[in-house]
Amino acid sequence: MTAPTGAAISIAGCGKTYPDGTRALSPVDLEVKAGETLVLLGPSGCGKTTLLRLIAGLETPDVGGRIAFDGADVTALPIEKRNVGMVFQSYALFPNMSVIDNVAYGLRVRGVATDARRAQAASVLAMMRIEALAERRIDQLSGGQRQRVALARALAVRPRVLLLDEPLTALDAALREHLRSEIDALLRRLAITAVYVTHDQAEALALGDRIVVMKNGAIAQVGTPREVYFQPADDYVAGFVGITNRLEGIVRNGRFETAAGILRVAAPDRAKARLLFRPEAVRLVSPADATLVFQVTQVEFQGPRQRVTLNAGDGTRIIAEAPADLPLSAGTAIGLVLDANRYILA
Amino acid sequence: MHSADRLARLFLLPLFLFVAAFFLLPMVRLIGVAGSGPNGMAEYVAILTNPRYVATLVATLLLSAAVTAATLAIGTVVALFLARNRFWGRPLLVSCLTLPLAFPGVVVGFMVILLAGRQGLLASLSMGLGMGRWVFAYSMAGLFAGYVYFSLPRVLVTLMAAVEKLDPALEEAARSLGAGRFEVLRDVTLPGIAPALMASGAIAFATAMGAFGTAFTLATRIDVLAMTIYTEFTLNANFATAAALSIALGLITWAVLALSRNLAGSGVAAAG
Repeated sequence: MTAPTGAAISIAGCGKTYPDGTRALSPVDLEVKAGETLVLLGPSGCGKTTLLRLIAGLETPDVGGRIAFDGADVTALPIEKRNVGMVFQSYALFPNMSVIDNVAYGLRVRGVATDARRAQAASVLAMMRIEALAERRIDQLSGGQRQRVALARALAVRPRVLLLDEPLTALDAALREHLRSEIDALLRRLAITAVYVTHDQAEALALGDRIVVMKNGAIAQVGTPREVYFQPADDYVAGFVGITNRLEGIVRNGRFETAAGILRVAAPDRAKARLLFRPEAVRLVSPADATLVFQVTQVEFQGPRQRVTLNAGDGTRIIAEAPADLPLSAGTAIGLVLDANRYILA
Repeated sequence: MHSADRLARLFLLPLFLFVAAFFLLPMVRLIGVAGSGPNGMAEYVAILTNPRYVATLVATLLLSAAVTAATLAIGTVVALFLARNRFWGRPLLVSCLTLPLAFPGVVVGFMVILLAGRQGLLASLSMGLGMGRWVFAYSMAGLFAGYVYFSLPRVLVTLMAAVEKLDPALEEAARSLGAGRFEVLRDVTLPGIAPALMASGAIAFATAMGAFGTAFTLATRIDVLAMTIYTEFTLNANFATAAALSIALGLITWAVLALSRNLAGSGVAAAG
């Protein structure tokens, strides 16, 4: 199979309001580069699936919205004319067809002769390393096999854009991780443009060239996994991607003052401020060497490291990661050092 | 363990008695009666050689097949529409469509007469348009209309449930692969509701084969099996022929139900 060439997707002013007045998506603008894997991340009801369905052509955007593939306007084209591949959470394999007939279906409706389409479908199955399943019935497959078949079916028509709607959500954790790295390798090898919807931040961070974090039908942040993780645009993004600690306080004379102590910051005075940081961003030291001091309430040994729960004094809970060999015990005081580039003052 | 088994068997006794009293005994008696006429057991051959009975049998089969096909076709279209569209008044419309379930066959026959009888709606309409008097209530067409009306709700309810259970992603997946409306219907939707089509089609067929009330109201000039059986044993006191025809009717209907149950792989209940 030759590598399909992915199309660049351009989304301009696309919103979606349902007939009953529910606004699922506020007008958004978004560019997806050719060959890129873009992940739409957010909780259920954030509009990520609606945006995917707009790109697919399963929904039409509100008046004024425009979607283009490689510059050509496809807004008015229904999904069957867009040459997209789609993978669903429920697999959506045709139960009345065998595995190979499922994979060959897109070629069949395109009028490819039986022998040619079966050969082509077989080569896609071989690429997915599931050629042994070709003649199986769908109800004889496990969840992971079903999703591989669904992926093969979507790829068999050499789509310009591959759309994946929570493809791993229905699988158990171990299989999910395994298939995730398989999909990652596949997308990179094929260099196909892919839009991947998920509510799982680990999946988003692992798969995405870029991540679009969505909230209440709007885009909260667009960025690379590193940007989204280390420089979240706001409190919401920080909270959704990874564990984030929050300390409430005020900023006065270049110092952030909170229940646990103070931290020197380069920021103007503020009556209400929030310090956001990740568990792995901190260093735990002796209380004498730090300006922020906490009570250790719980120590969880995890092998390579320890996860420590700290109390700021006013009841605020902080999660911190510490090296496995650092002596820590519940009930003692501990100092916390936070380097300037490892927190956000919001 | 053993005493529990015995107890369970004891509880099966009422079922056995019921089956014996209301199924086995009448069937055996019916088979006996069919053989008690002047022809003896050759009565079964007689009903297959007598041109009038054969014609009746064929007419009933054709009518039932046509009713089944028409009911399934209308039912599928309506079920697809109703299961996928939400609009004002939909619950009312659905309950109106299931209204025929509440009517006995006689009332359905009466309604067909009101529609297509000599003084019916269609007759006055066609007279008003100067196209002569349209009357088809007392023919096979009237019976066909009545049976379709009568069978539609049963089929519709089953098909709507099946369509609603169908994963919408299946059709979306087919469309994403380039399938148009017709291909989606042929390759995804109809195969998806095939068990329900089989099951409800079998019910429509069995209903049409055995329905008597509507036929009795309408069919003064046409012979369907149920009517012939009635005439044979009431007017002609020909019990042997009536019994043989009853068994033929039962066997054919049973065979169709059994076949469709095999093909559909799910429970099919006879009705009517």
